[in-house]
Amino acid sequence: MVRLPYLTALTTLFSYGLLFAFGQVRDFIRYILDLRKSKNLQGYAPICLGLEDFYTRRLYLRIQDCFNRPIASAPDSWIDVVERYSKDNNKTLHRTSKTSKCLNLGSYNYLGFAAADEFCTPRVIESLKKYSPSTCSARVDGGTTKLHAELEELVAQFVRKPAAILFGMGYATNSAIIPSLIGKGGLIVSDSLNHNSIVNGSRGSGATVQVFQHNSAAHLEEVLREQIAEGQPRTHRPWKKIIVIVEGIYSMEGELCKLPDIIDVCKKYKAYTYLDEAHSIGAIGRSGRGVCELLGVDTADVDIMMGTFTKSFGSCGGYIAASKEIIRHLKNTCPAHFYATSMSPPSVQQVISAIKVVIGEDGSDRGARKLAQIRENSNFFRSELHRMGFEVLGDDDSPVMPIMLYNPAKIPAFSRECLRHNLAVVTVAFPATPLLLARARICLSASHTREDMIKALDVLSTVGDLVGIKYFPIETQ
Amino acid sequence: MTSGVMNATTTALDWVSEAFDAPLARAVVFGIHNKGHLVVEMLLIAVILFLLSRKSYKPPRMPLTENEIDDLCDEWVPEPLCPQISEEQLAQTHTLECAATPHTIVDGKEVVNFASANYLGLLGQEKIIDSCIGSLEKYGVGSCGPRGFYGTIDVHLDCEKKIANFLGTSDSILYSYGISTIFSVIPAFCKKGDIIVADEGVHWGVQNGLFLSRSTVVYFEHNNMVSLENTLEELTRTNKRVEKVRRYIVVEGLYQNSGQVAPLDEIVRLKEKYRFRVVLDESHTFGVLGNSGRGLTEYYGVPVEKIDIITAAMGNALATDGGFCTGSVRVVDHQRLSSAGYVFSASLPPYLATAAISAVDYLEENPSVLTTLKNNIALLREGLSDVAELEVSSSPLSPIVFLNLKKSKGSQEKDLQVYDKIVSRAFQEDSVFMVTSRRTALDECRLPLGIRLFVSAGHSKSDILKACDSLKRVAALELA
Repeated sequence: MVRLPYLTALTTLFSYGLLFAFGQVRDFIRYILDLRKSKNLQGYAPICLGLEDFYTRRLYLRIQDCFNRPIASAPDSWIDVVERYSKDNNKTLHRTSKTSKCLNLGSYNYLGFAAADEFCTPRVIESLKKYSPSTCSARVDGGTTKLHAELEELVAQFVRKPAAILFGMGYATNSAIIPSLIGKGGLIVSDSLNHNSIVNGSRGSGATVQVFQHNSAAHLEEVLREQIAEGQPRTHRPWKKIIVIVEGIYSMEGELCKLPDIIDVCKKYKAYTYLDEAHSIGAIGRSGRGVCELLGVDTADVDIMMGTFTKSFGSCGGYIAASKEIIRHLKNTCPAHFYATSMSPPSVQQVISAIKVVIGEDGSDRGARKLAQIRENSNFFRSELHRMGFEVLGDDDSPVMPIMLYNPAKIPAFSRECLRHNLAVVTVAFPATPLLLARARICLSASHTREDMIKALDVLSTVGDLVGIKYFPIETQ
Repeated sequence: MTSGVMNATTTALDWVSEAFDAPLARAVVFGIHNKGHLVVEMLLIAVILFLLSRKSYKPPRMPLTENEIDDLCDEWVPEPLCPQISEEQLAQTHTLECAATPHTIVDGKEVVNFASANYLGLLGQEKIIDSCIGSLEKYGVGSCGPRGFYGTIDVHLDCEKKIANFLGTSDSILYSYGISTIFSVIPAFCKKGDIIVADEGVHWGVQNGLFLSRSTVVYFEHNNMVSLENTLEELTRTNKRVEKVRRYIVVEGLYQNSGQVAPLDEIVRLKEKYRFRVVLDESHTFGVLGNSGRGLTEYYGVPVEKIDIITAAMGNALATDGGFCTGSVRVVDHQRLSSAGYVFSASLPPYLATAAISAVDYLEENPSVLTTLKNNIALLREGLSDVAELEVSSSPLSPIVFLNLKKSKGSQEKDLQVYDKIVSRAFQEDSVFMVTSRRTALDECRLPLGIRLFVSAGHSKSDILKACDSLKRVAALELA
């Protein structure tokens, strides 16, 4: 967890306060100017309103060039970032035909499958020719191809569960599956830092949602005890079922889930566990099987294992792996299985090929080398960042490492300076993080070489000094 | 009797004044003789002070002891995570062995395919596949990140521009999955307190969006404009605050649950009369209706600016995946930070965006494909006009042709069994692949189920006649 230093909190709040005040003044002036103009929208409430819209117009637009940067290449370790310009103070950005080659520390390309791959790409193209880009049909209708069936089996075998089901989008996997598992009268106990897809899925299910402190098994136990004793609100009937939802790697923290402790608590209180391995599957564990393998948890103890193919496997979509009964139930009720166009066959093939590389079925040891590389890269980079005095979050072995920025002015400064040094880094601010905890996030890849990383560290150190984000003393060895 | 009591009281008071023959009893405060009031008041104050000094009454709090909680936790038995379903109850699905073109191989059998919404027959088009290969070689398969974090590839921007130009809107925004488009767009614009008037026949994606928005949702009868007008009238008349909140009408261009086309001209008239905004889901009309395939607005000659928000899934006519939302710059830009399915999801694989661009190109170059589609729909409807016990219930414009029982068997389940039998016999015996409109238990739509045939411009005359003959034969056998 982040511990926000007092002084930093104060300056950050001051900065936001200033931005807010000036924004309000400008809004007021605009309001007065608008009064004169004729109103052609009389009778309609404004379509965008409230603080959300204020935030977009007065805070986000000023620094919007730091986000949504288009690229003109595969999201590999080096990317071509398209240069943009603005004629109206960043309100609108225009693309130019110029690109600059940047080292990519932003994409979730953990195993380096984003680029053309000698094993995957030919197979993907072959599948594209055979199956076309889409099936134009939902899985229950005419959207199941042989590839889908093959991948379902392969995924189940890979994550060591009896069965699996595929979806065309990771976000929809969570948001459509949770309502099929639990409904009114059920309780979802969710980690406080769970991804938005889980939050929306839980809300969409109609079940009651309780939050426990991030990664704290003790607090989870407290919540569970209280809830089981209290029962449903007002009626005090016992809960129908309780599902505890956690993530393998928290994408904005880089932290690993304390899965063994959480599983113990869940077992003790008969709660079901739902593990979202969006970032961890393929990226960690000795053979890439995710957080269960890394932390030595038996997959039989996790009731539902969810993951995505967007990250490590360089494709799109998501899966649920669970017991045969659960998968059968999902295939009979899940709306995304019934109504959504099935996952694009070439993307399915990409995942099949990538998993085969990871488990070594392609006949080479590239998969094992990639896994060793990503671990080595992550640990090297993290320790170097620590040494330089950055406030880096996350655990060892995790390829995601956020660097805290806090102050709103440091977001664009850090991002623009890095880009000027041909380093593409992601900065994250509200709404993806709490307002005061803006950060930069580095995602490493197995395709980064040692030279790439040293260059990146050089740039980060220079920019870090310039922007003043080395909140800890520099360690000297 | 009364006088006795009076006397007794006076005597008692006298006695009290005697007893307390203190200066207080006869005190004169500001020239007023208080005749012993002060004594009584002092007493009252003393009583109040006494009462105040007592502990206030609290119902006894008896928190559960740790042991009791332990017992409760031990006693608690959760329901199983899912109901038991046997292999037989599982909805039967078929497996395709090649592309879902009008002629395809399903479960090892060559069939005529009426199960894919490949309206324009774009699947298997060489030009589109070539463009995808080019894209795959340049950009790889996945985008490895959300749009905000280096997941924006230049083809995404090209695709957004292409769609906006094609429809004549100011801007558009791509989503990575068809179904998530609408359920992200609705909550981005509708919050608690806003009013949404929606058709009761909307599909699950819309239903989920309406639920997530937490707005006040009022349903009107399926595709019934009188009901819509009444609902709008009632809402605006009874609610005084209505001017202050955002109001939306949510409709589908072509209802995938019934094959009905929304009368957009009438909806626009009502929207302007009652000052509502319109959210239109064009998943099955984009690229299908109108002389050049620009959708429902073109078909009805409604200027596209009049529709505030248009969404569509690209997994149908465009034969790719993902979805888009289009409208004014303000509407689109707002989503780039406020729409959950856009902000928090990895972006569309670039080759699918390329496929969408090529599909729109194809449509612009070959508008005749729409005539072919129209003719095919007409041919199929004509051929199905005299099937025993079944009737075509979808709109003449709809590329999804719905067949319903003329007389329901009593319940949705029984009807579905009949439809399933017809469909599976047509598949087994005549190699015609079509589907029933299945719904999940989570779907709140209660419109009748039916057999669905997705017509494609790629179907030949003989394909369609084959389907008609097969349905006539099987339906006659099953429903005799």
